[in-house]
Amino acid sequence: MFPELNNLLNTTPEGAEQGKLTLLCDAKTDGSFLVHHFLSFYLKANCKVCFVALVQSFSHYNMVGQKLGVSLTTARERGQLVVLEGLKSAVDIFFRPQEEPHPLQFLREANAGDLQPLYAFVRDALEPVDCGEAAWRCPVLLVDDLSVLLSLGVGPVAVLDFVHYCRATVCREWKGNVVALVHDSGDAEDEESDVLLNGLSHQSHLILRAEGLATGFCKDVHGQLRILWRRPLQPTTPRDRSLTYQYKIQDKSVSFFAKGMSPAVL
Amino acid sequence: MAAAGTCGTGTRSTGSMVAAASTNNVTSFQRRGPRASGADSGCSRLVSIAGTRPSVRNGQLLVSTGLPALDQLLGGGLAVGTVLLIEEDKYNIYSPLLFKYFLAEGIVSGHALLVASAKEDPADILQKLPAPLIDDSYKKECDEDVCSHKMEPDIKMKIAWRYQLLPKMEAGPVSSSRFGHYYDISKRIPQELIETSKWHGFFLPEKISSAFNVESCSLTPGYMKLLQFIQNIIYKEGFDGSNPQKKQKNILRIGIQNLGSPLWGDDICCTENCDTSHSLTKFLYILRGLLRTSLSACIITMPTHLIQNKAVIARVTNLSDTVVGLESFIGSEKETNPLYKDYHGLIHIRQIPRLNNLIYDISDVKDLAFKLKKKLFTIEVREFLCLSSQS
Repeated sequence: MFPELNNLLNTTPEGAEQGKLTLLCDAKTDGSFLVHHFLSFYLKANCKVCFVALVQSFSHYNMVGQKLGVSLTTARERGQLVVLEGLKSAVDIFFRPQEEPHPLQFLREANAGDLQPLYAFVRDALEPVDCGEAAWRCPVLLVDDLSVLLSLGVGPVAVLDFVHYCRATVCREWKGNVVALVHDSGDAEDEESDVLLNGLSHQSHLILRAEGLATGFCKDVHGQLRILWRRPLQPTTPRDRSLTYQYKIQDKSVSFFAKGMSPAVL
Repeated sequence: MAAAGTCGTGTRSTGSMVAAASTNNVTSFQRRGPRASGADSGCSRLVSIAGTRPSVRNGQLLVSTGLPALDQLLGGGLAVGTVLLIEEDKYNIYSPLLFKYFLAEGIVSGHALLVASAKEDPADILQKLPAPLIDDSYKKECDEDVCSHKMEPDIKMKIAWRYQLLPKMEAGPVSSSRFGHYYDISKRIPQELIETSKWHGFFLPEKISSAFNVESCSLTPGYMKLLQFIQNIIYKEGFDGSNPQKKQKNILRIGIQNLGSPLWGDDICCTENCDTSHSLTKFLYILRGLLRTSLSACIITMPTHLIQNKAVIARVTNLSDTVVGLESFIGSEKETNPLYKDYHGLIHIRQIPRLNNLIYDISDVKDLAFKLKKKLFTIEVREFLCLSSQS
């Protein structure tokens, strides 16, 4: 996790809020650093995490996690982390058809499938077990990322349904959190992606949007992060709050600064 | 003159840098092992494979693309287990060159090859590969170019002196390592090299005629067959570590030509809303899954300028690791533009993957142009020449 981002979001691993949907989105840049942040954040917060990793292999997240101070392999062995490796499972189900329903069953289907098996996987992974072991703080579902599901033939409505089911179970019933990354296609006129993004934006409590700079590539400032708090839990709090920062990604952390205040410029 | 200077001294001694770095990093690299090695490679002992080198940044295993200038732009080379997508230029003149360089590099380094095409027989493709240049003959090529530049040395210095100081992208042959070779495209590769190499060909018209018994999936039959073929080769030859390691580990270089074109049975270049719109993206996803769990690297050339639906191009880019786009000047107004008269086209590095890292190697130079000389394909920083009365 990035300490500076924690300060901006006003959270700490000990005092993480529960029952929230956080939407990560990126436009014209790579927002995967946010996924690494939240993964290490919730592991440090002692939450039970179900990580649907559709984009990269497990070892990639593990290596970055080690730079951020968490070991994913240890967490997996302890039972704190359940990972669905999309790339590996896709190969498995494509070439060796399974009998029992597989979370990525829709890959084999000709028509746009639904994500029912995937939801079942998440539910089984995060179900609170009340035997006498060390109880984890709250269940967390982390998805990297939902746009890949659109590329694989699932319709945007099916993805929204999946998120809705997960939110109902994980956020409402089990008082956990859901974090998902979606790509914003911008100029590419991807209607399905727009439907998905708009639908999720309305449902989420917190939106983190990483954007590339409008002026193009810069060595010292990698992009701009917009943080939008929606749906405040206390009705007395006034309207949505929004902040914008620019950031630079380094080897083991990300530094944030106000717009135009990059250390390279000052 | 200045041109000679940049040719000789503009070389960044990547060979020695890598050698020094690898001795420092040798412990971290041995602890991890190659990232894309097979499932059962619990062996932390590093087995060095010919034609590969570890990345300076994170020990990632790299192979050369066959064009040392492109290797530099991609941060040292192409990572094993990843896909290099080349967005073809408009008339498909220059992208086959990059494709051939990749395959020729595989033959010279002793890697196994898998060539897939719907247009040309893989055996014919291999016959037309360029011949490798040995170190001495490359220097001769370089000197010949220098002589032709000697005609107008002073003018260049005066107008574009700032840009003369930037190193030309191509470095001289790194004689101390066997990573990255130079090729002479006017000559064909010697027949003996092809015969001693291990290659597998996939020619779509031959494979598609036979009936196959897989339930219908939303992948077009051509892609389905190709995936099965690739998976079969990877499994049988043990690139995913499935066979016990009796023989030396080797890299499989996969080359797929004109993916997405109508010859593969895909409508994506013909209409905007086609039935098989998810076929290509599913193919790329499963291909990447295969690559990540095996010692292989893949180059794909795709006619993205023909794809009608921009959303698909964005998705394809997101599903590939490294994306390089070629834009040739043929037929465009840039052909007669004096600013571009020295070059044949522009090369855009659209995406570089972040592998095992938050950051990635990206060069600061974005203005890159390519030129096809008689024997070489070169990538250079585009030098701005002011419009003066004599040009």
